[in-house]
Amino acid sequence: MGEGSILTLLGIAVVVVGFMARINPLVVILAAALVTGITGGLTLPETLAALGKAFNDNRYVSAVWLVLPVIGLLERSGLQERARALIGRIRAATAGRLLLIYLVFRQIGAAVGLKDIAGHPQMVRPLVAPMAEAAAENRLGPISERTRFRIRSHSAAVDNIGLFFGEDIFIAIASILLIKGFLEQNGIVVEPLQLSVWAIPTALAAFAIHGTRLLLLDRRLKRETAAEAETPPTAPEPAAPELAR
Amino acid sequence: MITIQWLYVLAGLVFGAFAVLSARDPANPKRLRNTGFWGLLSLSFLFGDLLGDFGNGLLVVALVVVGGIGGLGLGRPATTTPEQRREGSSRWGNKLFLCALTIPAVTLFGALVLKEIEFGGVPLLEPKQATLISLGMGVLVALAVTSALTRPPPLAPLQEGRRLIDTVGWAAILPQMLASLGAVFALAGVGEVIGGLAGDYLPLGTRLAAVVAYCLGMAMFTFIMGNAFAAFPVMTAAIGLPILIGRFGGDPAVVCAIGMLAGFCGTLTTPMAANFNVVPANLLELPDRHAPFNGVIRAQVPTAALVLLANMVLMFLLAFR
Repeated sequence: MGEGSILTLLGIAVVVVGFMARINPLVVILAAALVTGITGGLTLPETLAALGKAFNDNRYVSAVWLVLPVIGLLERSGLQERARALIGRIRAATAGRLLLIYLVFRQIGAAVGLKDIAGHPQMVRPLVAPMAEAAAENRLGPISERTRFRIRSHSAAVDNIGLFFGEDIFIAIASILLIKGFLEQNGIVVEPLQLSVWAIPTALAAFAIHGTRLLLLDRRLKRETAAEAETPPTAPEPAAPELAR
Repeated sequence: MITIQWLYVLAGLVFGAFAVLSARDPANPKRLRNTGFWGLLSLSFLFGDLLGDFGNGLLVVALVVVGGIGGLGLGRPATTTPEQRREGSSRWGNKLFLCALTIPAVTLFGALVLKEIEFGGVPLLEPKQATLISLGMGVLVALAVTSALTRPPPLAPLQEGRRLIDTVGWAAILPQMLASLGAVFALAGVGEVIGGLAGDYLPLGTRLAAVVAYCLGMAMFTFIMGNAFAAFPVMTAAIGLPILIGRFGGDPAVVCAIGMLAGFCGTLTTPMAANFNVVPANLLELPDRHAPFNGVIRAQVPTAALVLLANMVLMFLLAFR
């Protein structure tokens, strides 16, 4: 084992092709594991045993789902509605600033382990995108479709960026536990807290970078709208589609 | 001593409850598949150590067959109406946030304070798993606090948990599966092969070059795999461990924490990360939602590139103090 045959990379090819063909990722991963084991010189039962052992050793990665009953219970009691009321009270004047506030909320929320109180279906579509669009309209007057879809794209992007560069600060997130497990298999013991502390510099950098881009977005939207106002389109634009409820 | 086993038993019981409640949900056309999937996961948590390696391998195959082929259905447990939730929001107000914050508060308390407590030389918490055990305690405390505040029906936590786990579906075990794939990759020497290729073709002779190669490799491999979890074990076994940590003496915690975040920069740019980059384009009805690089990805690319650069600088400055 581990003699370094180039054939062992076939498993990676299986992952790439499987994902590109949009086959269910669980099936792709199982196939990749089997191909990798067998090209690596194991028999099928040995490969299955290796996969089974790793799956059993990594159970703690899935133990984080234990939080769902509490989150669900809080949702049932109106947690999301409360969060909406809180955000609604912040009277942001522009799309960029509103998204910046959401970036803060999302990053801090994820950093304290509340990554599931927001997300695209729960927050972005019903709240963040419509609020950002409304803020732009208040400021700039009617906006073009292009501008509207740019704002929507940025609303979705803020959620991802806030989540990605916030969640690793929380010590019990899956990626931190994966790092811990990987290092442990290689004989290095680190505590999750050590790892999460070193996620903070990147979190700050990401906030500075994306925050600056959001403030620049306001100027861009303004320029775009002003340019479009000077050269009105020959055909009347279709009415902006309201997000279907 | 409270061990990780206690947490696994708790998780096994919760997933077992999801399985039983799924079987009794007539609104879910695939309810038996859900019962099978959550039941198998419950089995893994409760009895995984008794099944043997090959037995666990068969369990993985069964999970993939039940959850990956044909898929799971969406349960419809009874929950509250939007009106009732608005009422709840004004009735309980910001106390709801306090309940939610109980989980991270107790987790931190456990990881920082309880971890240090010993009785006659025996630690209270299993030292290597103190954080996760604390998370489990946080969940139980938050459950008690929330129940005391809102007085829900007895089955409500399990039903609401099932509602949420069903929205996650088979993807609930995706991180664990990818971690396991990483272990098989490691066993077959995939990291060494890539490391060999990287060593042959990449200039890794200096600290700076190795940092750039590792961060860039994490981002590019994540772009291909759609998931930083899959890239991390391979790239870290190839470059992170032997070169950054082994040869140049980098701090493992810094190298790995920032390396993972370099991978996340790749996640922001790839259509393979469907739940982050494709699903929201559909939800927001973007006109270019079917394009490989839709508006969401294009909005993210500049930030991804700049944060990747920042990660390289940070790792270079912080890992070799």
